[in-house]
Amino acid sequence: MSATVTAENKPAPPPVERIKVKVDGREIEVPKTTPDWQGKPQATTMLQACAHAGVDVPHYCYHHKLPVAGNCRMCLVEFGTPVMDPATKKPALNEDGSPKIARSVLPYEPGTPRGAIACATPISPGMELYPGSPATAQMREAVLESLLINHPLDCTICDQAGECKLQEYSVEHGQAASRFVETKVHKPKAVDLGPRIVLDDERCILCTRCIRFTKDIVNDDALGIINRGSYNTIAAAPGRQFDNNYTLNTVDLCPVGALTSKDFRFKMRVWFLKETKSVCPGCATGCNIIIGSRENVIQRLEPRENDAVNGPWMCDSGRLDYKWVGASNRLKEVLVGGKPSTWQTALSEIGSRLVTAAPGSVAIVGSARLSTEELFLLKQLARKFDAITDVVEHLGEADRLLVHAEKAPNYSGARITGLAYTEAGINLPRIRAGIETGSIKSLVVVGEDLVAAGFSSDLLGRLSLLVVSDIVPTPTTSIAHYVLPGCAYAEKRGTFINAKGRVQKFMKAVEPPGTARPEWEFLHELVHQVTGGNGYSTIEGLFNLLARELAPLAGLEWSRLGDTGVTVTL
Amino acid sequence: MSLSIPAPLEAELDELVTRYPQKRSASLMFLHTLQEHFGYVSPEAVEWTAAKLGLAPINVFELVTFYPMFRQEPLGKTHIKVCRTLSCALAGASDLRKHFCEKLGLDAKAHVPQTTPDGNFTVEFVECLAACGSAPVVLVNDTLCEKVDASKADSILAEGKSGGAQLRAAGTLSK
Amino acid sequence: MPQEYRLILKHADQTGYTPDIECYLRHGGYEALRKALATTSRELPDGKKQSPQEVIRDEVLKSGLRGRGGAGFSCGLKWSFVDRRSGKPIYLICNADESEPGTFKDRQILHKDPHQLIEGMIISCWANDVKLAYIYVRGEFPQAARIINQALKEARAKGFLGKNILGTGVDLEIHLHRGAGAYICGEETGLIESLEGKRPYPRIKPPYFPAVLGLYMCPTIVNNVETLCAVRHIVSMGAGEYAKLGTVNNTGTRIISLSGDVKRPGYYEVEVGKATLGELIHHENFGQGLRPGRSIRAIIPGGSSSKVLKAGERFKLKRKGADGQMTTVEVDLLDLPYDFDSLQAAGTMSGSGAIIVLDDTRNPVDVLANVSEFYAHESCGQCTPCREGALWMSKALHRLTHGEGRKSDADYLLHIAQNIQGRTICAFGEAAAWPTLSFVKKFKAEFEARGAADEAHPGKPPASH
Repeated sequence: MSATVTAENKPAPPPVERIKVKVDGREIEVPKTTPDWQGKPQATTMLQACAHAGVDVPHYCYHHKLPVAGNCRMCLVEFGTPVMDPATKKPALNEDGSPKIARSVLPYEPGTPRGAIACATPISPGMELYPGSPATAQMREAVLESLLINHPLDCTICDQAGECKLQEYSVEHGQAASRFVETKVHKPKAVDLGPRIVLDDERCILCTRCIRFTKDIVNDDALGIINRGSYNTIAAAPGRQFDNNYTLNTVDLCPVGALTSKDFRFKMRVWFLKETKSVCPGCATGCNIIIGSRENVIQRLEPRENDAVNGPWMCDSGRLDYKWVGASNRLKEVLVGGKPSTWQTALSEIGSRLVTAAPGSVAIVGSARLSTEELFLLKQLARKFDAITDVVEHLGEADRLLVHAEKAPNYSGARITGLAYTEAGINLPRIRAGIETGSIKSLVVVGEDLVAAGFSSDLLGRLSLLVVSDIVPTPTTSIAHYVLPGCAYAEKRGTFINAKGRVQKFMKAVEPPGTARPEWEFLHELVHQVTGGNGYSTIEGLFNLLARELAPLAGLEWSRLGDTGVTVTL
Repeated sequence: MSLSIPAPLEAELDELVTRYPQKRSASLMFLHTLQEHFGYVSPEAVEWTAAKLGLAPINVFELVTFYPMFRQEPLGKTHIKVCRTLSCALAGASDLRKHFCEKLGLDAKAHVPQTTPDGNFTVEFVECLAACGSAPVVLVNDTLCEKVDASKADSILAEGKSGGAQLRAAGTLSK
Repeated sequence: MPQEYRLILKHADQTGYTPDIECYLRHGGYEALRKALATTSRELPDGKKQSPQEVIRDEVLKSGLRGRGGAGFSCGLKWSFVDRRSGKPIYLICNADESEPGTFKDRQILHKDPHQLIEGMIISCWANDVKLAYIYVRGEFPQAARIINQALKEARAKGFLGKNILGTGVDLEIHLHRGAGAYICGEETGLIESLEGKRPYPRIKPPYFPAVLGLYMCPTIVNNVETLCAVRHIVSMGAGEYAKLGTVNNTGTRIISLSGDVKRPGYYEVEVGKATLGELIHHENFGQGLRPGRSIRAIIPGGSSSKVLKAGERFKLKRKGADGQMTTVEVDLLDLPYDFDSLQAAGTMSGSGAIIVLDDTRNPVDVLANVSEFYAHESCGQCTPCREGALWMSKALHRLTHGEGRKSDADYLLHIAQNIQGRTICAFGEAAAWPTLSFVKKFKAEFEARGAADEAHPGKPPASH
């Protein structure tokens, strides 16, 4: 294993030629090319140049990770190009020596300014962009007026309020009153588009982001536009469902309140949500997410953009798999011999019993759902008792986009810490055999139900010490001598290392139930107790410690992980 | 509900596909051919076309709903398309359409295509048929009728009632 | 005396002239193709060598031929933009989607002389190294589709199409493709999308210029029916002779579609610019004037999307005098030579060559309502300004012509139209906006009066329509 740590998987691209343009009079230098939605270098657009100048050009249909459509026209920007002297073929100059610029006008009406769509129009050297000009402002205002004539004006009851680009831009770029006095076009409301999506066609502004996403990203050509002109309507084919594992991304992409998630719609106003940066624990991809919670309850998960992992997307199954965190059956108290007890009692008893265990008679089964820090602590315990260790393998279907076959977030962490071998679960038969033959007498299980993993209750009943930590009751906890209530990922901090070696932090969004504690906290106490060694009482310190000890993570520090993590060589 | 495609029709459709470097291009010609055969484009025809051309059904449904010549339900045996656009309007297209509707007992005010209860006639207003020099014009099934006055309109209806052999050309349009 | 000059329609209406290939061959058909194929390469004064194909392309450029579909762009230049280095196949599409209201010229060619078009296409394909071409015929032309299919079969049987055409070693196939009722398919990138089996949504330019990224993202030429027929005559006559027809910068002949309030509506092929708008309407060889007692109120000069001209309008035109000096002359509307440049100088366009005459019994408000309904129906709906604006205008005009108008509707309409033109993906935005902009500006009193009358008598029965 190499100790190289790079910020990205790919080597740094070669330097790109830069060209000068002016944005609202300010000269800036921008790269001649910029990666497009697929990451291929393409001529830098007016919109991208404006972004370099810190100017946000409003837009609806444009999305940096989707093919350009150019249909909303919101990003029309007035511009100017250097005039060439036809005789000398050189730039013509004004009297003061500055280059002569021809402002864009309608070819058939030279007095009227013309805009170009900033999302698709490449810049050229010497070009001047006027995103702040009155003509640009008028074009935006007109597009907004058009978008609103057939749009319901009922933001007060719309679910998108607070994260609606139509609402936002109307305030910023729109006009106070509409001139429209005609009858609005009526379209279908509350269309059941698929098992997870509801569509309000009247709110739709036909930007086609959803269509392009499912066609070009997911490769499921499920959505389209039916009818014509003002009657255009987003739809699935008759009798067909919009039902792939990525449909909910269209809700994120929808700039208005047309596409809503059945799971979240009308649940609450988005401005009440507390947002926490986290990582999806559903599989070894480790999609970056934002946990939206309110009053200690998770309300929704959304993808958080990370080009090294998930781009701006996540799968539906991951997104909707959060209700278990707040489940009513969560383990809320420490049990000793099936009876409620305290952490202090349980940990000190477990410590003493382990210390007296015969060398080689202890086994530890961890979980790839645990953080790297927790796996590291388990490995420290194992080292102390010369314990055989492993994690349970959870395999399932993978897809071509994000879903990984390993159904837990931290198999790489389990391997790097040494708690598991290249093939997770390879030691489990040996552990099972050890219990059968009586050579293994003490077993510590954290985060897994061993009965489900093929250890019978009878077999486990032969152990003289069974310590189990989990977050919900399982057949394994029901026969444990000690039950330690642990935390869901959303209730603690830590890191996961994904299948590609991305080391990523996740933060705490909600409080654990009852007296449940983060596993790293009590494992750290246990390790301290049995080894007598010094430890760190913070997650930062723990991570920095393990980074020093584990070769693949050499040189890493918690503070360097940032929000989107660092890729290490596995 | 599967679509029963006779072998000669399928052969004709298969030949259409060979005309294009990409199968999807044959969509419009498929829909025309299926509509000529079945009288309209049914949901089954949409699904069948999609499967045949390796497309998602929405790709085909998008076309059927965009192009007004495609029909999603059966129409009258004699389909009278009265041109509504300017030159024909100047030449009395509105009255002409009204004449057809009244003679057939259809609502002269309704702007959508209307079919007589016996299924013999459909009357609709369509946009420019590109025969403005002989306005008003009417496309009756595949036949263009020019400078249509009340008496010509009546003979179109009479012919339609008698089976309309003159108004229907033989053979499909794809060959 | 202004008269027709029948070049493309030379035989079309002759007694006994039929659309079959034998008849065409008897009339000298496919001789231009043989001539083209026999073209030899030539050396230019600067020492550059032109291949036979380049010679033909050069001829077309030199002929001054301008596209007959609507935009009037130089055909030779259009061909010169084709990316010939991409290594991808080059396609040619004949735009036979004749849809601009008022236009019915291509119909004549398709019905009466299909082989002329096919010959023009074969020459154009050969000159541009095209191996596969399509004729996109609008869905509303079922009879034309049959005729074209038959003609293609005949041409194939005679070896003008297919493998190794006329023993040249060159393969060429042409297929018919039918539209299904959509004006937007006349827009070349919309047409390409339609031919690809998609909704005919025009493509954004940049980057999708057909000459580089057209059909199947390959270089593609889209030419109008009449334009491709003209190519056949350019080859036949030579560019020099062809360019002698018509006027400077407006060479050749064009088929004018004349309709509306004239005694003799119809199609007339004339040398471009050799007849004035007034002559085309009034002269005995053409429209033969208006019905008795009527006078001209307005003229839509180039298909319904062109800006209307109002009777009595005067325009300044630049003309080259006998001494070669440019002078400016002021002419009446009716004295405008019917050519690309004069109409443009008059603030409108000759477009598809379709003249619609409106006499003094016509109310411009009703006329615009009709035109506007067409564009509302035909907007594809892809981009915001047109999708929303086209129907908005039509709804307002419907209201104004049905007793619920307002005096302010005139400015209201101008506001809507002004926000469409120049803001859309394709030129349909202009097509939808220009009728409104021109009608309302030029007949503002009529629009305001209609609205004011409704405001004065709220609830009165709908105005006649």
